[in-house]
Amino acid sequence: MSPQAAMYQVNKYPGLNLGPGHGQDEEAAATVMFGFWVFLMSDAILFGMVFATYVTSLHGTAGGPGPHDLYDIKSIFIETMLLLASSFTFGMASLALKYKHGRIRLVSWMVVTLVLGIGFLGFELHDFSSMFAHGGVPSRSGFLSAFFDLVPLHGLHVTAGCIWLICLLGQIGRYGLDLKTKLGIMRLALFWHFLDIVWIAIFSVVYLGGLT
Amino acid sequence: MSIAALFDHPLGRLQWSSLPFWDMLQHPTKGNIINGVIATGAASLVVVGAIALVLVLTRYKLWRPLWSDWVTSPDHKKIGIMYIVIALVMLARALIEAVLMRAQQAFGLGGGFLSPDHFAQLFSTHGTIMIFFMAMPFLTGVINYVMPLQIGARDVSFPVLNSISLGLTAAGAALVMVSLVIGKFSTGGWFGYPPYTEANFSPGVGPDYWIWALSLAGLGATLTGINFAVTIYRERAPGMTLMRMPLFTWTALCTAIIMIFAMPPLTVATAQLALDRYLGFHYFTNDLGGNMMNFANLFWLFGHPEVYILILPAFGVYSETISTFSGKALFGYRSLVMATMVIALLSFTVWLHHFFTMGQDANINAVFGIASMLIGIPTGVKIYDWMWTMFRGRVRLTVPMIYALGFIVLFVLGGMSGILLANPTIDYQVHNTVFLVAHFHNVAVPGVLFGMLSAYHFWFPKAFGFRLNERWGMISALCWIFGFIGAFFPLYALGLMGLPRRTVAYTEARYVPLEWVAFLGALLILAALLALLWQLWVSIRDRDGNRVFVGDPWAGRSLEWSTSAPPPEYNYAVIPVVEDRDTFTRAKEQGRAYQRPDTYVDIELPGNSAMGPAIAAIGFALAFGLVWHIWWLVILAFLAAIASMIVRGFARDTTRIVSAQQVRQEHHRWIDAVAAATAVSRADECKSVNVGLALQEADGVVP
Repeated sequence: MSPQAAMYQVNKYPGLNLGPGHGQDEEAAATVMFGFWVFLMSDAILFGMVFATYVTSLHGTAGGPGPHDLYDIKSIFIETMLLLASSFTFGMASLALKYKHGRIRLVSWMVVTLVLGIGFLGFELHDFSSMFAHGGVPSRSGFLSAFFDLVPLHGLHVTAGCIWLICLLGQIGRYGLDLKTKLGIMRLALFWHFLDIVWIAIFSVVYLGGLT
Repeated sequence: MSIAALFDHPLGRLQWSSLPFWDMLQHPTKGNIINGVIATGAASLVVVGAIALVLVLTRYKLWRPLWSDWVTSPDHKKIGIMYIVIALVMLARALIEAVLMRAQQAFGLGGGFLSPDHFAQLFSTHGTIMIFFMAMPFLTGVINYVMPLQIGARDVSFPVLNSISLGLTAAGAALVMVSLVIGKFSTGGWFGYPPYTEANFSPGVGPDYWIWALSLAGLGATLTGINFAVTIYRERAPGMTLMRMPLFTWTALCTAIIMIFAMPPLTVATAQLALDRYLGFHYFTNDLGGNMMNFANLFWLFGHPEVYILILPAFGVYSETISTFSGKALFGYRSLVMATMVIALLSFTVWLHHFFTMGQDANINAVFGIASMLIGIPTGVKIYDWMWTMFRGRVRLTVPMIYALGFIVLFVLGGMSGILLANPTIDYQVHNTVFLVAHFHNVAVPGVLFGMLSAYHFWFPKAFGFRLNERWGMISALCWIFGFIGAFFPLYALGLMGLPRRTVAYTEARYVPLEWVAFLGALLILAALLALLWQLWVSIRDRDGNRVFVGDPWAGRSLEWSTSAPPPEYNYAVIPVVEDRDTFTRAKEQGRAYQRPDTYVDIELPGNSAMGPAIAAIGFALAFGLVWHIWWLVILAFLAAIASMIVRGFARDTTRIVSAQQVRQEHHRWIDAVAAATAVSRADECKSVNVGLALQEADGVVP
């Protein structure tokens, strides 16, 4: 084992690693995965700033509709469940990858995740359109501008995640589970769970906070 | 909007009146003609420069080498050089603008020759360029070139991402250049405060140019920060523990960390302003619940850490040059590392001092004022450490050292005026005067710019294999130093006399003499730039007499000097093992330098990738389409961006192999050159006998 490999053994990045069964791939994963963690930190700051904008704009409704007029907690709850379930199914996909449960199981869990993600986006778009119908358009007030910064930003991230997932399915089909595809799946897993955590914050701060 | 509507105006807002000479032709008043001639002259320079570049590339058949050796290269050294080329071009433009502004102010009693609108464009582009397209590319370039060499790595962790970052920065710079030819740039200053930059006050394309240029550069910088931080954590050679890293690498790490955390607020601020302008959102508008203070907070939450992104690498450069040209190990290495870290941390706690006067509680002002003053402590520690490094060293007054000395004296003065401004009660008196302009130029020019120029002279022989001309370098350095003093010290006095910043003209006759001193100082700085360019020309002309292929012209101390100049593309034939701080000095002392290893192995390098130039082109097209409301172009560029990322995801076999045989051959050629070279003493450092092999002299002893 090279000294650098020894260093990785000590300083493993957190998360579900590939494991010794994957040989050289495990070592190659260290730098790429660490880089992705750092990217997520930067992305978290992005969300933090948008959250701050939202919180400071709560009173900027300018006489327009506020949370009570616009948020539909039932629909939001279904969305939340869909997204949490998708995080679980992606976890199952990661386990299938790590313990080599075979490509079919891996792909199946990923497809289930994709369906749940698209379902989440469908409900979200439905929410937005019903907000629009009630006069909740972003150009109405500072508050609504901030809302339509934060929640759709998360939605855009989920959309990007779905596109990425489809591309990874394509890569599995084309190249099988080679190193680059494995690293892609592992990074998307981090991204997906990260978006789950952001959604929990949105659910708590925007929706629960707004409706209390 | 229907599909057909996208093509209703295929050129969007572009009209004949977007050209810089249109006003002058339609309304030929005296003022319009003067401003029109200046704007047209500047635009022509850009156009003529671009045409000349195309002609030269075609005439000498350089398109293919440019493509395959440079723009698609993932080599961190080439990417670093390209960043610095961008920085120097942009420096020239922004400096000419500065001279124009000083000229306007010198003649500004009761009018001057520039229109207020033109003057506002000048200070907005000057600031935007100097921060985002001069200082940032310059330091990114230097870090890119030097840091992987210093830690004994073959490249950065993500070489293609590095090329993409360069592409984004280049696209932003190109956008600012194009704004000179088509349309007008923002008049809202480099920080573009709304509500002035909102659509109802600035309906033109100016703020849009500003928004998208910054967005491109900011995204590039975020990715660069991630790349640098991961590289330093992951790619260090065996034995290169954190506390053995050269100080420049430490400052690169801190800068990278700040980039990762401080760039997102800028992205949010510019994106929200764009939503306000394009889709009628209300983040920062006066009406309907908008809150301009959010912009001020977001912008400076980025803007203040940005100041330390700029200055920390310069501190790193001074640490290297002062130590090398004093022939001594750095004094207080540990305290310098800690001071750097403390500054990086404190940089996030002081943003509010940029708007003390904008209405918050006195107690809040006090907290941020104290935090701002605290930064003086670690900075002071550094100044003392550098002075102690020189103390009883054998200080050689080379060009990089002249810059370092100029820095120490002038930066302390700039820091002092910063401590004054950190006191809210004083800030209330002098804010928005040219006292502030004097302060931040006093830290930015001797701090950042001198640092980058010091780095340029210090590492140029490493990058190109020959030394720069000392005489012209010295002339340029002295012109920079005294030009700076002449241009900015009068501004302290003028500020205290009450001259507001960003005023095109004034009515107080007593300002005139000092304005003229500042103008002459600016001319001296222009002479410094010309001397710098002349030096480059002279050095290239005389390069055969100044070759330093052996690679160690300055008796260097860190790893980058232990390889040939220029280094092979894989940096080191065999990855070095690090046993100490100043590892190359120790190796030379113990006779371990310049080894001929028994075995060589194949080296895997990243292959060329068109992603960098592709993203540059797509980013530019997207931004240009957005500025001019050319919607079909926006949609096409957006789809192309997504498609390019997907295609890249499907790419395999992205590396290539340099055979052990080739490594062996190149390494032996170099070692043979080392064996044939005569070692020179430091007295002959700047003569042509210096081929890059240093005579071993006892460390730090006074002869």
